[in-house]
Amino acid sequence: MTPLLTGWGRTAPTAATLVEASVADLPALLREHPARGLIARGLGRSYGDAAQNAGGTVILPIHGPTSVTRDGDDALVTAAAGTSLHDLMRTLLDHHLFVPVTPGTRYVSVGGAVAADVHGKNHHREGTFGQHVVELDLVTPDGTLRTIGPNADPELFWATVGGMGLTGVVTSVTFRAIPVESAYVTVHTERIGGLEALMRSMRDHDGDHRYSVAWIDTLARGKALGRSVLTRGDHTPADGLTGAAARDPWRTPGSPRLAVPLTPPFGLVSRPGVRAFNELWFRKAPRDRVDLQSIAAFFHPLDLIDGWNRLYGRAGMVQYQLVVPDASDAALGEALRLLSEAGQPSFLAVLKRFGAANPGLLSFPMPGWTLALDLPTSPALIPLFSTLDRLVLEAGGRLYLAKDSRLSPETFDLMYERAEEFRKLRRVIDPDGVLRSDLARRLHL
Amino acid sequence: MLNALGQPQSLLLLGGTSDIALAVAERYAARAGLRVVLAARPGPRRTEAAARLTALGCTVEELDFEATDTDSHPGLVERAAAGGDLDVTVVAFGVLGDEEEAWQDHDAAVRLAEVNYVGPVSVGTALAAQVRRQGHGVVVFLSSVAGERVRRSNFAYGASKAGADGFYLGLGEALREHGGHVLVVRPGFVHTKMTEGREAAPLSVRPEQVADAIVAGVAARKELVWVPSAMRVVMSGLRHVPRSVFRRLPL
Repeated sequence: MTPLLTGWGRTAPTAATLVEASVADLPALLREHPARGLIARGLGRSYGDAAQNAGGTVILPIHGPTSVTRDGDDALVTAAAGTSLHDLMRTLLDHHLFVPVTPGTRYVSVGGAVAADVHGKNHHREGTFGQHVVELDLVTPDGTLRTIGPNADPELFWATVGGMGLTGVVTSVTFRAIPVESAYVTVHTERIGGLEALMRSMRDHDGDHRYSVAWIDTLARGKALGRSVLTRGDHTPADGLTGAAARDPWRTPGSPRLAVPLTPPFGLVSRPGVRAFNELWFRKAPRDRVDLQSIAAFFHPLDLIDGWNRLYGRAGMVQYQLVVPDASDAALGEALRLLSEAGQPSFLAVLKRFGAANPGLLSFPMPGWTLALDLPTSPALIPLFSTLDRLVLEAGGRLYLAKDSRLSPETFDLMYERAEEFRKLRRVIDPDGVLRSDLARRLHL
Repeated sequence: MLNALGQPQSLLLLGGTSDIALAVAERYAARAGLRVVLAARPGPRRTEAAARLTALGCTVEELDFEATDTDSHPGLVERAAAGGDLDVTVVAFGVLGDEEEAWQDHDAAVRLAEVNYVGPVSVGTALAAQVRRQGHGVVVFLSSVAGERVRRSNFAYGASKAGADGFYLGLGEALREHGGHVLVVRPGFVHTKMTEGREAAPLSVRPEQVADAIVAGVAARKELVWVPSAMRVVMSGLRHVPRSVFRRLPL
């Protein structure tokens, strides 16, 4: 029996044959050309259909040891593609190191972090995960294991970074880690009443901090539109530790403390509930405060609850993450207005500033604003998302493939101007279309 | 592929000139780039339906389909899938026939059973093979409330629908682990070309309402929908009425 696979949103399940493979098995597996192709899957945290392959083969995470080497002042970390950022952080903190980029969850694999070219709260300063990769091992569809990087076959490297697993199977990644003096972050939290003030503050002061993110109440309307809690942080230096943090400066992120053990038949995410939650959360936030937070609390608050995606019930959820360039920042206000008018129950949406883009053909970020929100799956989202798509397109922005589960190939092509270049490269390295996923089928990649 | 909001990129209509099937296609055509395969008897109705869907922006393929030519069905499904995966298939063919002729005229009785029961089982089996190959796919079967409790007034039709209804419900269970999803739709009286000239029963609906229910049912991954939904309550009541009373009801 083949299990059904979905992304984190738990929508559009499909069946595939799961294969546990070691690095040594991969060349033969790829050369075999399994019917309907194959794709590597990490921890399944893409929201949509990126790591599933209907009727085909799905390769399970490839495990292996993690090694840390010093390169002058720099620390180079080599990890097997299937290593989770959770495990990686625990190892790295022992060496007084931290990952250069972490998304909102520690439960992504290193291979997935490259394939989706993930970003974190430090994108405005440090860019994406892919930008910190020194080299990676990739088994291409011809069965060859290649070591590539920004200086070795950069064309294939920048197609692989953000390439959603469609250029080969990443087996191992070497990246630069950053030194830290504690496992704490000094966080400045501010409550901000409206969008204009928020954007001004982020534009003017984000550069002062390594990490910055705002949580927006998308149900707030009128003058309160865009009301939010802005948090900015920096790794706490040894001399900045106080209280419990000073007693245990290397407190590593633990495993989830709570779990949603089963999927309720209907979603528990409703408009009145979300409205009340957002209201309470905004009122409870400090007006202006600086404190020390653990890595888990600052970067990955949702990781405390195992399987939180189940709260959305059988129907699942859809995440929408857009970016609009700085030049069209009016589109951001318009998007928030559309969302609050639609009244779809989104828990806090995440707003953050992006810095410079990288050469990745399908890499998502561009300098500007990115907004991400989770919504329970509902037919009402079809017209809302169509309107938002048009707005994003007119603004010259795009949607994030790691979150996407619904774009059409036509809209995708308009958003990713280098999509054709990516397809061309695929035709060269994968002429028989061995690497395939449901996302690739949907977007004609 | 079907996306997270239940919107397909391809649609196969078996009985492609059925009013309900075409209403379903029109709804899905709102999303750009829909590929529609119209499998139906060749003729002006099919040509006209193809033209209408092309005008809506669909890419339309026409295939000849005869419900009783069961040998041709596996090949037909393969041809329909030659242009890509079949995301949603609507099994929408059927005949109502003359109720009294359908049990008194041997030929008419056999033909009704062939079109309404053997045909759906035949295409259902071919579709199941395709769903297993591609690891996903939705099959929508147009059943009828007449199959829920077969009644004297149209028992030949009702029995054929009851049989096929059971087959597709079971097929849905069998295909679950292969990524397939089967939706059985049980409408009451629908105003279509099939029921033209007949007196409408209570709770009658238009093809557009049935199509709306199908689109919603596919998106919500439902296995059984009644149209209108009140039919579910009515029929579950009728199901338990003793036969001696049931036969006296004006149904």
